[in-house]
Formats: sequence, structure tokens, C-alpha cells
Amino acid sequence: MDFALNEEQRMFQRMFRDFVTNEIAPLAEEIDQEETLPLEVLQEAAMQGFLGALLPEEFEGAALDTISYCLLLEELARACASTAMTISVHNDLAAKTILDSGTDDQKSKYLPPMALGEKIGSFALTEPAAGSDIAALETRARREGQDYVLNGCKTWASNGETADIFLVFALTDPEAGENGISAFIVERDTPGFKVGYREPTMGLRGLTCNTLYLDDCRVPAENLLGGEGEGLKIATKALDFSRLSLSAICLGGAEAALEAGVQFAVEREQFGGPIALKQAIQNFIADTAAEVEAVRYLVYHTAWLVDRGESYTKEASIAKLIGSEVAMQAANKMLQVHGGYGYMKEYAIERMYRDFRALRIMQGTSEMQRFVIARDILKEKGLLVDW
Amino acid sequence: MDFTFPKEYHLFRRMVREFAENEARPLASEIDREDRVPFETIEKAAKLGLMGVPFPQKYGGIGAGEIGYCILMEEIDKVCPSTAAIIGAHTGIGAMAIYLGGTEEQKQKYLVPLARGEKVGAFVLTEADAGSDAAAIKTRAVRDGDDYVLNGTKTFNTNGGHADILSVMAVTDPSLGARGGITAFIVEKEFPGVHVGRKENKMGIRGSQTAEIIFEDCRVPKENVLGQFGAGFITFMQTLDVGRLSIGAASLGGADACLEASIQWAKTRQQFGVPIAQKQSVHFMIADMATEIEALRSLVYRTAWLVDTDQPFSKEAAMCKVYGSEVIHRCIDSALQIHGALGYSRDFWVERAFRDQRITEIFEGTSEVQRIVIASQIFRPEGVRISA
Repeated sequence: MDFALNEEQRMFQRMFRDFVTNEIAPLAEEIDQEETLPLEVLQEAAMQGFLGALLPEEFEGAALDTISYCLLLEELARACASTAMTISVHNDLAAKTILDSGTDDQKSKYLPPMALGEKIGSFALTEPAAGSDIAALETRARREGQDYVLNGCKTWASNGETADIFLVFALTDPEAGENGISAFIVERDTPGFKVGYREPTMGLRGLTCNTLYLDDCRVPAENLLGGEGEGLKIATKALDFSRLSLSAICLGGAEAALEAGVQFAVEREQFGGPIALKQAIQNFIADTAAEVEAVRYLVYHTAWLVDRGESYTKEASIAKLIGSEVAMQAANKMLQVHGGYGYMKEYAIERMYRDFRALRIMQGTSEMQRFVIARDILKEKGLLVDW
Repeated sequence: MDFTFPKEYHLFRRMVREFAENEARPLASEIDREDRVPFETIEKAAKLGLMGVPFPQKYGGIGAGEIGYCILMEEIDKVCPSTAAIIGAHTGIGAMAIYLGGTEEQKQKYLVPLARGEKVGAFVLTEADAGSDAAAIKTRAVRDGDDYVLNGTKTFNTNGGHADILSVMAVTDPSLGARGGITAFIVEKEFPGVHVGRKENKMGIRGSQTAEIIFEDCRVPKENVLGQFGAGFITFMQTLDVGRLSIGAASLGGADACLEASIQWAKTRQQFGVPIAQKQSVHFMIADMATEIEALRSLVYRTAWLVDTDQPFSKEAAMCKVYGSEVIHRCIDSALQIHGALGYSRDFWVERAFRDQRITEIFEGTSEVQRIVIASQIFRPEGVRISA
């Protein structure tokens, strides 16, 4: 057992924190109000190597280990969950998926510009009728000569507004159901591809989520990611990892809420002293701190499993389930500590309350995580559970 | 025991529901988006007598008591919590303070136009450093001839920016504190020295305006002292006691809307080849929502009955507020979860309801204050005095 971060990880953590404090934190309120992530933020992040965080050096990446990557997302989320989500989608759902399943040509063509922040990545899986249920996809990809012709509609594609490279999941063999799903790399300017309606979300307003239209969209066959029918495997792997990265965002978010609440409780005086002296407030603080520490080790432990090459599907689901519930509870309790002030936009806790509610829905709802966890446990007992 | 509503309440509920559906619902999303007070809705509510529901007819009300007022708040909150907040601040506390504490002349002069909805009321208590600790207010009222001169700044006043008649609490004798040192006043917006300050940018109930009110050498005639001189704190706390109940009622309506929408969506939304209404996770959420809503309904209307039959109700009203606001919190949270990503989009009312809900655990006394009230009522007969 060794629970300490190594020297390099500690150094990264300090560096991330400095960057976030200086570059991201001052912009968080504006990002929420303007509903957009200023271009400079992504450019700055790229200069620091954060947009190629998981990529090897040969693709201009920073080659962070998974624990360090989680530390990055945690720190980003302490200041701005929108920024953390945007960078996470780009890194782990888009770039890492190309790294894991791409051909050498695909990797050398797409990954360096992604690492340098010249191209931003998006992940397009969800459809109107296919949310939790991936197998209900309706988007089709038909082989025609050297191309695939894609037709369909995707919803809630993260980073949709600004992305250049979209991983699109479509059925190449509708008869085969979920085994007929394939993944494609689709560039934004491909004829027949259109980025449409942007979802007006309650929170995470710096993260863009769009509807995508594929109308006889011709994608060259060399943009097929993995083999035909490997889409489900690719999506599942990407989502497993993204659950871990989302849990790191939950961790950072919960920490930020706790800090804001503690600070307010110490400064706010009612009944002749700081409200932090009241037991009800102390209970809020103690429960949140306890939950934050529990999530911290779920996140780091799962990242450690990834770095050791062990399976981590169940653990990532557990980290995501508990992390997102804890982040929301932290925002809720710390908003309560703020009283009326917590309901006003000039206090960051108001934004956190709106932002964190998404975390229990994105990358698989809490209900889906419970299903994954239970399925894994029951499988060991010889019982196969279907949703 | 008889748990049925008399016929006139059924008729009243039907009338309110029609008003809510036709007038409040169509504007609910727009006033949130545009951050504007729905004056047209208030005017129409006034014409129907809905701005003075609990007050006797001799004071311009419709004499429907607290039961009627709870029905109103329940039905309005189902469709638009901003509108419910406007009516709550006007009727439930603003005008209520005058009803409970005012002289006959004051009631004729101020309560009648408020109850008829010709004027809008507000309850002006909170200050930057006096939130839950209401006795810590600093706004001063100093006697000068036949007037009192008010100076101070009040924050977080619902209807503050557009109210005509303000029920205001101020310090008249700093040496005496809450008991004896605080007096309530009726202040007309037109009195010189009343200024509206900043308007708050809130997470939700954005159709109701929350504004700062600044008193700057504001002269209030001595006949506008509300209730007994020096007893303003008690008048205001008694007012909040009643006001609390109606937040429980509003929460009941809001929670009911969440349940109804969740049931309909669960029937419609197909995933994994079946409606999600076939999933046990959804069943249990629905079952918990329905159970808590029924418990809340009983609590709210029994407490309203206590008020209307002149029985003690302070503890029960606090329970209505803390339980009601937490029930609606859980219900809107489940409703959003059942709707998935759709529930997180501003295109759909669940998103607004989620933001609107959160204030119910804070305004008119936080959940913590309610628990203190409840515990102190429980411990008092045991000989234990509780302070915050």
C-alpha cells in the first residue's frame, strides 16, 4: 500500500493549481454568464500541454499518467466545472479514443493538432431515442465505394459548438443490433455534416452540447475507427474512462463547494458570532468533508488501477456514482450554509449548484451506474443481469 | 374526523386552477427568461380576489381563511413559483402583518386596498447582517415630533421594487433589543426617503423581484406604528408563523406537478425497448414522491385547520415549511433525474422548477431556523429554553 502521490504527481498538482488559480478561476463567472469558453482559455490550456494530456510525446502529448490526469481535472473543476468538462471530453472521449483504436495514419493525422489545441474533439453517441440505451441507435452508415455515407441525428454532442473532430457512432449493420455499431472520425467541414441546435443547459454553460445532423454525409473509409462492428466496444471503453475522469471533476467540484461554504461560515456572523460555531453548520461541513475524502480515494484508486493495467469498469462506475452524488450534496449543503446569499449569482456556490446537477446525468445516469455495478457483482455469482 | 373539503373549497380550487392554467402557466417560462414581474397576472389575480384570499370580507378579502389560502398557493405553485412568491410576499406576510398587528383604522386604510389587490405589499425585515438573526437589525426609527424618522438598508425584499405598502421592522430602542426595542411600521412607498436599491440576480423565481430598500431620513407618521410600540419583533414573528404554512402549501403544489410530469414522462419515454415506467428504479422514485406528497398534504391542511379554528399552530407551521420545502426538493430532483438530459435543458420547465425550488429552503426562515422553532416548542414544556 502506498497512498502518497509521487514526486512528479505532486509537482504536477502544484503546477495545475497555479495555472487554474491564475488563468481559469478569474474567468469562471464570466464563462457561466456568457455561456462560452473564451478561446484564450483553450489556447492557454494547449500551451500547458493540457489538451494532449493523455497522448504520448510522439503526438505532441504530455503523456500524463492517469492519476496526474485526474489531478488536472480535479484542479480545473475546483475553479470551473465547464472548463474541466470541455477539456475532459476533448482529451479522454475524443483524443484518447483515437489513440486507443486508431490506425497509425489516423493517429498521426489527428492527434498532434488535437494536442496542440488546433483542433478540438467531440464525442457523438447519444440520439433522441438512445440515451442510456446505446443499442437503440438509429444513425446509419452505408458503405459506398471508398466512402461511408452517414445519415441520422445526434443530440447532446459535447463540445459540439467548437469541435473540429467528431467521433460519430452509427450502425453499419442494423440487423446486428449493438454489434452492428461502428465508430467514425468525422471532420466538421465534411459535406452533409451540420452542427445544429445548442442545448440551453441549466449549468455547465461553458460546455457546449449540440444536435448534429448527418445528411448523406460522406466519410472516407479510412476514417472508420477500429473495425466495422467495433463501435460498441470503443464507446464502452471510452465511457468507462470518462466515468473516471468525470469522478475527478466531481471531486474537484465538491472540494470547491466545501471551501466556499467553510469560508462563508467563518466570515458570516449571526447571533453574535460566526455561524461556523453552530452545530448544524458544523454537521454540514463535517459530512461534506467526510464525503469528499471518500471520493478522493475512490478516484485516485481507480486511476491507479488504470495505470496498472487492471480492469476498472465497476470501480469507475462506483467513483462516478458516489462522486456525482457527493458533488451535488456538497453544493446543496454549502448553498444552505450561505442562506439567501447562496441563491444569488454573485456567489460561486449558486453556479456550482446548477453545474453539478448535470454530473448525475452525463456519461451515464446514476441509475446506469448502479446497473453496471450490480451487473458486475451478480455476474460473479453466476447471475446474468440484463437492463 | 372528516378529511373532506366543503363544497365551497372545491369550487374555489377549480376557479384558482383555471386562473393558474390560463394566466400564470403561459407566462411562467417567459418571466423567468426575461427576469420580469408579471404585472398583468397580478392585476387579473386581483380582479378575482386572489390577492386577499385569507382575509375577512370586511377587510377586502374573500374570507377563505388559511385553508383557502393554502389551496391558492398549492395551485399557483404547480405552474409558476415566481407568481406564488409574489402573492406569498404580498398576502402571506406583507398584508398579514397589518391584519395581525394593525389597528382598525390601519386595516381600513392599508389592508383593504392590499387585499383587493389595488396595492402591492411587501414584508421588509432582512438586512445584510440580520438574516436568520432577525433581532440583529440596525435600521433605526427615531421619534421626531409627530413622526418617526427611519434610516437603514433592507435587503432581499420580495416585491421590494414595486410594492406600494411596506411592513417594516426597525429599532426604536437599541438598549432593549428584540423584546421592547423593535417596532413595526407601515411605510408607503411614496413617503419621502424611500428608495429602491439594487435588484438581486437570483438562481430562480426570477419572475419575482428581490430588491434592496433604503430608508434615508424617511418620515413615517406616528399613527403608522404597526401594533404596539416596542412589540414589532413579536408582530413580525407571528406573521412569519402563518406565512410559513403557505410555503408548505406551495411546496405541496410544486411537488405534485413533479410527480404528475414524472408519471407522464415515464409512460412515454422508451429505453431498452420498454417505457421507463417498467423500471423498478423509476417505480421507487415515484412511490417515494407520492408518499411524501400525501404526508405533506395532510400536514398542510391540518395545520391550516388549526389556524382557522384558532388553535396553536406555530410548531406545525414550521414543520410544514421545513418538510414541505425538503419534499419538493426531493421531488424535483427525482423528476429531473427521470427526465434525464431533457430535465437539464432550459427548453423544459423541470429545469426552471429545479432552480425555483431551492429558495423554498431559505426564504421566510431557513430550514435550520424552522428546526430551531420546532425544537424550542418541543423543549419549552420540558423546561428547557433553546436559543439559536
